[in-house]
Order: sequence, then C-alpha cells, then structure tokens
Amino acid sequence: MNRTYELMFIVRPDMADEDLDKLVAHLETTVTSAAGTVKNIDRMGKRRLAYMVRKFREGIYILMTIEGTGTVIHELERRLRVTEQVIKFLTVRIDEEQKRLDKIKALRDSKKKVSAQPAAVVEEAPAVAETPAADVPAAI
Amino acid sequence: MTDETKAPASTERPSRPYGERSGGGDRPRFGGGGGGGRSGPGGPPREGGRKFFRRKKVCKFCTEKIADINYKDYRLLGQFVAESGKIVPRRLTGVCSPHQHRLATAIKQARNIALLPFAGRAS
Repeated sequence: MNRTYELMFIVRPDMADEDLDKLVAHLETTVTSAAGTVKNIDRMGKRRLAYMVRKFREGIYILMTIEGTGTVIHELERRLRVTEQVIKFLTVRIDEEQKRLDKIKALRDSKKKVSAQPAAVVEEAPAVAETPAADVPAAI
Repeated sequence: MTDETKAPASTERPSRPYGERSGGGDRPRFGGGGGGGRSGPGGPPREGGRKFFRRKKVCKFCTEKIADINYKDYRLLGQFVAESGKIVPRRLTGVCSPHQHRLATAIKQARNIALLPFAGRAS
C-alpha cells in the first residue's frame, strides 16, 4: 500500500552545503533501499525559527516528498532521530488531502465550464450590437 | 450565546484582545463576539443601545475559496493566531466549522516544525 508523505526537517544553521548534500543523498538512498521513491526535494533555505530549538534560533528547512509504505517512513524517522545535525522533523501524510483537493478542483472546473458557456454568449451579443453602432457614425 | 446578547458590555469584551493588534496589516477585522444585537447582525441599529453597525462575519476560506489549508503557509495561518500564540476562536474570526477544524490541525503542525510559536510572538 503506497502512500505519499511529506517530510519536513530542519538542520542546524551552521551546517556546510557539502554536508547537507551528503545528508540528503544519504536519506535518498535510505528511501530507495526500502522500496520507496523520492518524488521531490525542496530546499527552502535558512529561516528564523519561531522558538528556540536545541539552542538554535534559525535553521535550514528541507522538504521531501516521498512515496512508499509506512516502513519507509519508520526507517527514515529513525535515521533522522539519530542524525545529530537534524534538529526537528515532521512527517505528514498528504495523499488523502491531495485526493480531496483534486476532487474539489474537478468540481470547480466542471462548474466553471457550465458557467463559462452562457458568459461567452453574453459577451458576444454586445460585441455584435456594437459593431453596427460603431459603423453608423463612420458612415455619416 | 443568548446570555451574551442580553448584556451589550459582555459582547464587546472578547473582541478587544484580538481585534486591536498591531502586527500584520492583512489580518481580518474581528468584530465583537456573539450574534450581534437584538435586531440581528447587519440589521438596523437598535433603539436605546449603542448605535453601531456590526458587519456579519464570513468565513475567509469559503469566500476566497481557499481549498488547501496547509501547515507550510504560515503567513495565512498567522492571521488566525493571536499575539499570545493562541488559535483565535471562530466566534471571533467567523471561520466556519469544517475550515476551523482544518485550520487548527494546520496550526498545530506548523507549531511542531517551528513555523509558528507555541506561545508568544515568533522570535
């Protein structure tokens, strides 16, 4: 049963870029070795934290979108907990929410199509009416 | 609710800590609590009492059609968090029940990942 998860984690602000690359690559291999897939990695950059975490006032945010089973997440979270540089993480399951959003979007699109057709007719009508009116002064 | 409407002074009180904050210009104006005056919200001013017009509060998410309430969107969530860090009750914001439910979940998730403070202002 594959599910989509969103994993956001914060690493210490004084971490070097190379180390961060290494950490992300390491996590990626963890996911793939547990039969999951990494769909997207977004580095959101350094941001001020809302409160102090492990005596840090800011941190580097990273967002990963992962597809896989619960065991993938279990292993990933275990690794994050062990990794010293990671100061906080949060995993959220997003597939059901995404399904709900798609449904709403489809519903809105279908409504838009219905409402768009009469609107187009209305738009055309004044355009037709306008053209003779515009011609009349020109003819005179 | 009915008790609040009986005493005009008590309907005004809950709005003060949330209604007059300085930070964030795009916060929705939270009117007073309760269901407005005896004449109903948006109705003509009642006689004898204070004469002021109270706009009917509407759900921001319904009117602006925001389908996705996400914990990453801390700017949006920040509008529904009081200066103290508390989630503003929906009797003050006018958010509808299903949206308030999702809003609360998102705010709690955002707190967990240090996007929003648990208490006090974001440092």
